[in-house]
Amino acid sequence: MNAPRPPTEQEKFGRHRPLTDRDAHEINRVEELSYDLKIHEIIAAEVVAIAPDAPLSDALDLLRLHRISGLPVVDEENLVGIISVEDILRALQNGEIHLPVKNYMSADPVSVRASDSIVEAIKIFTETGLGRLPVLNENKRLIGIITKGDITRGILRAVQHDYQEEEVRRYRASHLFEDIVSDRTTLVLRYAIQAGDFTHGGNASANIKRALLRLGANPQLARRCGIAAYEAEMNLIIHTAKGGVLKLEVESNEIVISAADDGPGIEDIQKVLQPGYSTASDQIRAMGFGAGMGLVNIQRTVDAMELKSAPGKGSKLIMRIAMSADDKKGAL
Amino acid sequence: MNLRDVIAISKGEILTPQLSADAEIFSGCCADLMSDVLAYSRPQAVLLTGLINPQVVRTAQVADVRAIVFAHDKQPPPETLAIAVQENIFLIRSPMSMYELSGKLYAAGLRSCDADERA
Repeated sequence: MNAPRPPTEQEKFGRHRPLTDRDAHEINRVEELSYDLKIHEIIAAEVVAIAPDAPLSDALDLLRLHRISGLPVVDEENLVGIISVEDILRALQNGEIHLPVKNYMSADPVSVRASDSIVEAIKIFTETGLGRLPVLNENKRLIGIITKGDITRGILRAVQHDYQEEEVRRYRASHLFEDIVSDRTTLVLRYAIQAGDFTHGGNASANIKRALLRLGANPQLARRCGIAAYEAEMNLIIHTAKGGVLKLEVESNEIVISAADDGPGIEDIQKVLQPGYSTASDQIRAMGFGAGMGLVNIQRTVDAMELKSAPGKGSKLIMRIAMSADDKKGAL
Repeated sequence: MNLRDVIAISKGEILTPQLSADAEIFSGCCADLMSDVLAYSRPQAVLLTGLINPQVVRTAQVADVRAIVFAHDKQPPPETLAIAVQENIFLIRSPMSMYELSGKLYAAGLRSCDADERA
């Protein structure tokens, strides 16, 4: 005569609370990875299983041998249950280790699909407190087991991979000047800037700053170049008839940023260099620009600035930033 | 000062929950003029502003500003939020005015961005 057994792990916790919108909101890189990574990418290739009629002592031997804490129970390729260390401990307590696995397993276990994102498994783990979940393929056949440990290892591997990729990119870029031998190597980046394109305003400067960081420039130098380029880029957007070209030239000892346009040109160069002189519209001022400080700012930021203009023809602004040995963290 | 302190002091609402709030903020800067942000801000600063257009975030990114607090509960448009998430710039919305925000943060020990230059 069997006393009614206490509920198994699976029965006790079951599956409940769905993920709310609020939960879904709290996403960072690791969480992003939990959506990107699929369950089949992180689980072990081999799965150890046991038959429902096998004795519990065999299950215990398998757990010991493979140093795992739970086993799927499979009957003719169909998943019928799961047996965990906890279940076996209960059997031991009751002196029933000789009974078949099916007497102590959790039947109809909660499972996940191999093609699911690992976030599905994370959700079930947090909702239920379960320790392991069987993984089924599209034909409902068992192909593995996923544990919290698999998830941690999978995410750590992916994060490390991300990090290495950026390192490799940075390494490759920073050796550009060493790897290519010439009497004078210059790297030129050109960006076409559209007049009035506030939506993309600053994108070119952001890319310039990023490129310099990848080339191994120190953050202060990249920041100075970003600031000068940004003011110049906004000037092209605000003040030109048809936009212009923003150009970055990186040489071994100097960075030259230039902004060139073909109109309308500047009547009085001395006037535009005065702090606070501006011809910008109220609409532009409402966006936080056009207060007549752009060129003043550039002058403060760079080592040398030159502004040339012919009314009716166009303007060219050249900004030079010298590089000390200190600035060249990488090869730059 | 930690970014979490800035959020608490400004009674702010986090607009970029995707980003980590674990960051050290070294100084504060208050501006509605983008050239002033570029001229006077310092890396790892928090910017207090009344402007909500995407250029605010672009400016912050170029100037290495770490976080932005929008005063008077102004809600920035989706484009502003999108660039911020992409460039890892933390956005906060506060019911306070820029004056009150500056005062509270300064009183809590956050110094001004350009304090070194005048010292």
